[in-house]
Amino acid sequence: MSSNYEDRDLGFDRGFDRGFDRGFEREYDRTMPRGPRRMQRRKICRFCIEKVDLIDWKDVKLLQSYIPERGKILPRRISGVCAAHQRMLAEAIKRARNIALLPYAAD
Amino acid sequence: MNKRTYEVIFIVDPAAADEEVMRLSEGVQKIITGQGGSIVKTEMMGKRQLAYEINHKKDGTYVLLEVEGSGGEIAEVERRMRVNDQILRYMTVRVDEARRRAQKLKDRRARKAAKQPSHGKAKQAAADADEESAE
Repeated sequence: MSSNYEDRDLGFDRGFDRGFDRGFEREYDRTMPRGPRRMQRRKICRFCIEKVDLIDWKDVKLLQSYIPERGKILPRRISGVCAAHQRMLAEAIKRARNIALLPYAAD
Repeated sequence: MNKRTYEVIFIVDPAAADEEVMRLSEGVQKIITGQGGSIVKTEMMGKRQLAYEINHKKDGTYVLLEVEGSGGEIAEVERRMRVNDQILRYMTVRVDEARRRAQKLKDRRARKAAKQPSHGKAKQAAADADEESAE
């Protein structure tokens, strides 16, 4: 079940998330080893900015931007979508898949 | 009982002519109205490529209906669609609950915006607490 996203993000970013949420970011800065990976800017949920309350499963264009080539749902640790909107998004993508607007798996 | 709103979408065989699609769509609408439901809107989404093959077909004609009713007519329509060879796939989604939720979020945001000219964080926090307890 290991996908390429999984490999990329174990450890470092996980710890980062936890520390950041609790407001430990400064302490974190001192203690974290400076890995080869660059620190990434905290991404912000675009649905929250646009004040989207409902994600339509018929909006193929929108949904398509959240499925990479393989056809999987883009995890929110990559896209920065907030939990509430990720749930809506996942539901919409699954509905679109059912009616063949989106693939279950691409090539 | 509360009226429910559904979106019914189905895919018709690409070989079917336009009139045939129309006839199917009308047939579905007749079943719904016959069972006491009502049609809010119909939309012919036209022929488009399927994301994956269904019954060895690579494309299909999409028809979308928005239906209001009790739910019984949906069962009947689905039963009919299941046995119809020309309908490759159908799906019904209940939308009223999600829409109500979205409306609620929108209202809450509007209320918060109306309350805006606040001074200091304490006041805002108190207002937030009030709002939560009110719900």
